[in-house]
Amino acid sequence: MSDQTAQAPEVQSSTSPKRNVLQALELDIRLLGMIGAFFVIAVGFHLYTGFSRAGFSLGMLTEGTFLTPRNLFNLSIQTASVAIMATGMVFIIVMRHIDLSVGALLCTCSAVMAMTQTSILPDMFNLPLGHPMIPWIAILAGLIVGLIIGSFQGWLIGYQLIPAFIVTLGGFLVWRNVGWFMTDGATIGPLDPTFQLFGGISGTLGESWSWLIGCLASVAAVFLMLSARRTRVSHGFPVKPVSAEIAISAIVVASILGFIAVMNSYEVPIRVIERDFADYGCATAENCSASYGLPISVIVLLVVAIVMTVIAQRTRLGRYIFATGGNPDATKLTGVNTRLLTVKIFAIMGVLCAIAAIVASARQTYHTNDIGTLDELRVIAAAVIGGTALAGGIGTIYGAIIGALIMQSLQSGMAMVGVDAPYQNIVVGAVLVLAVWVDIQYRKKTGAK
Amino acid sequence: MAPLVEMIDVSIAFGGVQAVDKCSITLEAGEVVGLLGHNGAGKSTLIKMLSGAYKMDSGKIFIEGEKVVINSPRDSRDYNIETIYQTLALADNLDAASNLFLGRELTTRLGFVDDDRMEAETRKIMSRLNPNFKKLKDPVSALSGGQRQSVAIARAVYFNAKILIMDEPTAALGVHETEMVADLIKELKEQGLGIFLISHDTREMMELCDRVAVMKNGRMVGMERVEDVTEDDILSMIILGKNPKAVAA
Repeated sequence: MSDQTAQAPEVQSSTSPKRNVLQALELDIRLLGMIGAFFVIAVGFHLYTGFSRAGFSLGMLTEGTFLTPRNLFNLSIQTASVAIMATGMVFIIVMRHIDLSVGALLCTCSAVMAMTQTSILPDMFNLPLGHPMIPWIAILAGLIVGLIIGSFQGWLIGYQLIPAFIVTLGGFLVWRNVGWFMTDGATIGPLDPTFQLFGGISGTLGESWSWLIGCLASVAAVFLMLSARRTRVSHGFPVKPVSAEIAISAIVVASILGFIAVMNSYEVPIRVIERDFADYGCATAENCSASYGLPISVIVLLVVAIVMTVIAQRTRLGRYIFATGGNPDATKLTGVNTRLLTVKIFAIMGVLCAIAAIVASARQTYHTNDIGTLDELRVIAAAVIGGTALAGGIGTIYGAIIGALIMQSLQSGMAMVGVDAPYQNIVVGAVLVLAVWVDIQYRKKTGAK
Repeated sequence: MAPLVEMIDVSIAFGGVQAVDKCSITLEAGEVVGLLGHNGAGKSTLIKMLSGAYKMDSGKIFIEGEKVVINSPRDSRDYNIETIYQTLALADNLDAASNLFLGRELTTRLGFVDDDRMEAETRKIMSRLNPNFKKLKDPVSALSGGQRQSVAIARAVYFNAKILIMDEPTAALGVHETEMVADLIKELKEQGLGIFLISHDTREMMELCDRVAVMKNGRMVGMERVEDVTEDDILSMIILGKNPKAVAA
């Protein structure tokens, strides 16, 4: 302990006071930039929608429709499917590959799950529609198909050395039409009611469960930060000042609880409550109110995000993925089986496509042939806007999720404002290029590669 | 006693090119053997068959008298062979600790990588090898040539190598750093390691090595103790591909 206290003043005096605050917090500037971009977009659309309703007055703030619980709720469930796949795309791009087949793979997985629950299980295995096992067997089938297809594409790339661009470009055509073939092009549904819970508005936790989850998440976050600090102290490493640590914990807890509060303040419309007031714990429809709370699809996304982050930062698998992206030859020379690693990342991507397929098809309550169309581009754009470098070796899971959120905010914001569809795509395309340009400038400035 | 390493009649071809043609070489414990030759003479290729980067077509390798099969870098490491490659073989986007332990990460009881423990171990070994080394959290792309070299050397030394292969370890270094590497080689030699050293610098080799082996066009021209030959002898072996001593005898 004694040498630590002796070291501390020396460390502080060597940095200029101006940079000290940011350095003490050890915040990720790129992360701040992305959150800032999201806020600019959100506030911009909010003011614009407010302006068009209330004119140039204070009403701009209150009448705006972007930063409302309802819109943020919708935004979160619209983002979930692309964000889930974007976490997997980070690994793929970090390893210097690309996957153009994710939207098509989503379609095949969705078709498998839809056919399993509406036709295969009821007709071939005599499970009556609505049987409690149906949704779970369907999900399992979808996940297995995603895993197998992903692994197969990974094997073609890793062991047969066909470029990922070609394999997944082929997959883009193949899997979209395998999905079409399986369903004869028909729209399949309605999907099982339990299955639909994963989709969004019909599957939410309600007020008290949402708060409970928020509190548990806050406790877990603070506990993790504390234990990380403790291990660093036990090794005698420099640590952040206590005040910085408290500030960051406060920000994290406030963000978690703030998000829950927003989701909880989106109330179920009266008309919906009147239909099934017993579902909302009321004896009569009168004076009955309820909130949607956390959507299950967002919880699925958060679980995926946590698991993928742990893989990226805390496992050998993640370490090797990033090492291979940084220097494939060197990683091979240290005895890492980079071919098998390629199979693994595409297998992960396949499973994530299946999970995204659950969320996407459950949200629209039907399987359609065009499900996931253009998702490959949204997913790649989300990862890239989130700071994943196409040259490999660099990328974060949270970045990709925020990237997906930024894309979706732009798209739905423009739809709310009434921008014509072609202009929407023009803007999104331009933003993608702009985001990468900003990233390159930032890296030049900071001297990072 | 059997030599530490004995490679007998080792050959490898790439396509139609016989890169290494029936070469034999030995290495004793506590000995530095230098490999010399033009670019493309086969030095690096010969040594890569020992480090597991290439699989030999034919020949035998004995380690401490025991016949071994090396099919991969992992096999090589299992025989306590460590290699410092000419290119350093570092993942530029990772920090020093991640590079040092790449492929052999320390893990917690739950099987997660233990970054804190690896950082602590890296600090320990770096304070011995290169006391000026402070940038433990930066990606190694942000380090100077000498610091990157220290990471590559630390990786080889940390895991208690018995046999060390150094492929042009001083090629990218300044005078001062070259001296540090030379001192380290002497120190490791005293600890009883056997070292294969590849270099173009004949004078440096005469100073550091106990024996030198010269290769040309994939063949072994000769293997001599440094005190038995002059620098000129070695040069003519490199250029002409003939061993003047063998001719004289």
